[in-house]
Amino acid sequence: MSSPVLVVDNLATHFFTRDGVVKSVDGISFNVMPGEVLGLVGESGSGKSVTGFSIMGLIDPPGKIVSGSIRLNGEELVGRDDASMRKVRGKSLAMIFQDPMMTLNPVLRIDTQMMEAVQAHEAVSDKAARARSAAALAMVGIPAPEERLSAYPHQFSGGMRQRVAIAIALLHRPALIIADEPTTALDVTIQSQILSEVQRLCAESGTALVWITHDLAVVAGLADRVAVMYAGRIAEQGRVDDVLDRPLHPYTHGLIGSVPGAHLEGTRLHQIRGSTPSLGQLPPGCAFEPRCDRAGPACSTMPVISQASDGRAYRCFNPVPQQGVTA
Amino acid sequence: MSAVATNPAAPHAELLRIEGISKRFVKPVDLAGRIANLLGAKNRESVVHAVDSVDLTVAEGEVVGLVGESGCGKSTLGRVIAGIHEASEGRVFWRGQDIAEMDGPARQVFTLGAQMIFQDPMSSLNPRIRAGEIVGEAPRVHGLMNGAAQDEYVAGLFRQVGLDPTYRRRFPHQFSGGQRARIGIARALAVQPKLLVCDESVAALDVSIQAQVLNLFMDLREALGLAYVFISHDLGVVRHIADRIFIMYLGRVIESGRSADIFRDPQHPYTRALLDNVPRLDARKRSFSTVKGEIPSPLNPPTGCHFHPRCGLAGPRCSRETPKKIVEGDGRMVACHLADGGVG
Repeated sequence: MSSPVLVVDNLATHFFTRDGVVKSVDGISFNVMPGEVLGLVGESGSGKSVTGFSIMGLIDPPGKIVSGSIRLNGEELVGRDDASMRKVRGKSLAMIFQDPMMTLNPVLRIDTQMMEAVQAHEAVSDKAARARSAAALAMVGIPAPEERLSAYPHQFSGGMRQRVAIAIALLHRPALIIADEPTTALDVTIQSQILSEVQRLCAESGTALVWITHDLAVVAGLADRVAVMYAGRIAEQGRVDDVLDRPLHPYTHGLIGSVPGAHLEGTRLHQIRGSTPSLGQLPPGCAFEPRCDRAGPACSTMPVISQASDGRAYRCFNPVPQQGVTA
Repeated sequence: MSAVATNPAAPHAELLRIEGISKRFVKPVDLAGRIANLLGAKNRESVVHAVDSVDLTVAEGEVVGLVGESGCGKSTLGRVIAGIHEASEGRVFWRGQDIAEMDGPARQVFTLGAQMIFQDPMSSLNPRIRAGEIVGEAPRVHGLMNGAAQDEYVAGLFRQVGLDPTYRRRFPHQFSGGQRARIGIARALAVQPKLLVCDESVAALDVSIQAQVLNLFMDLREALGLAYVFISHDLGVVRHIADRIFIMYLGRVIESGRSADIFRDPQHPYTRALLDNVPRLDARKRSFSTVKGEIPSPLNPPTGCHFHPRCGLAGPRCSRETPKKIVEGDGRMVACHLADGGVG
């Protein structure tokens, strides 16, 4: 068995604001194997994007990685200075954002931006850099890549812009791509096109993928494994089939029940009562306890990470009973 | 899915009917263009056919889903239904009466009867007005209750949408996203409407909050006998809540019918593509099938059937002729040459 591309071990990223410490990410651990797709799922404020930014080394004050380690191919990323982090970013580690206009500079042509990304990590001629940019655009399914290279970002549609962002991420064949809700703003048919390209490209190049999303259904179709985040911690992680078919954590269970379309039409959806807690004032125990139907007296202390027999890890004292599987 | 959703509101009287509605947005030639025209240039005003001859009915207590991708005209159609936009062509009937022929008081019955709930509650709630006033203003202005009763009336509405009535003194920014959605709903309910037009009203909410709001919509429908026009790009949401569905593409309705029928047996190639492309919880690690290309610009739509450049089944007839609306026995409508003698 090969070794993981990414090892995140007990990572905690806190934001030191005037109103107190916001523990956006508080002790999460996961691995990603080469060529594997990990879905990182959670609602707003669950810390899924901060996890992505922490891996990329993009946490700015008042935020700080307070503990834990992030190892990419065995090399520690936490605590590196900007200069050495820049050598990693874009080379062996790339990120795709929700809004491609955030990645693309509106006043520069696509070729300028792509060639810059190539030449930032490799000393190649302009001609070679341009050829490689065109090849990358062709790879993500942009028609007439040679001509499109001289276009500005506003001349592309939303779906095409996201393809350009993906092409830039792929320029150096990174070991790991972190994708933060890259298809959320897109239409269904365009989302489907992007997902299919991403699936093909990752399979071809062996690039591992961390796909951050709020949409369980996208994860179901795309990912090998899934980690469900709630209030800065991973409630449950494991293989997609295990987690979605036999959720252990009551939050995962409630989340799946809330998705419309998976149930009988016209019936009431399962609803999780209350709303997501403010990260500044979390209860000392399990953060989900106030909304949980299965909460007991033990839940006012922090649950430790337990292992299920199928390799799943979860944080819960009182997991949802499994049919035919021993937890 | 084998079970067909039971329709709690059995076919009731018709509430709203629209016939041949078109909405065009015209961008006139600007001054420089007009001067250039005097010198022989040929600048013409650009016209967007946002909605193109749509027919639709809503019965009392019925939920009608409008589905389509961005730019298909679903929001514009919703705004025409809610009386926010005037249609360029076609007629709107409210309980059998043409609204163009209504006098003042009758017209007000329509404008109050059809209310709209918007996608983003933050941009549709005035940030400097307290929640109680946001909800209570319209019924006071329209004389539905007197000023003294406003507080009690608003408190009742807050309870109805699941908000704590003591929050009436708060400003919109002091609420969470889900609570703001509830304020938008309370505001629409305040004038005792018969029809709510919900434009992507749950799209911005987290899944667990979205489930709460969808349940609220269903409870209100039962309690108040409300009809809904539910506009969404999310087929899962529409499938869950709608009795009938209209699928739109570039301004035209290309297929409509009972929700269960459409999901069981989609007829139009675009509907099929849309259903195939929806991510589903039970579809694991699959390869995503794709419909090629992107939605063309509504400024310059393709000839004939608007979908033909992206359609895998298109033939020569599709680029020449606009498909007729073929209506089948059970109210099913499909606008495709495949259902009308072939594409050849």
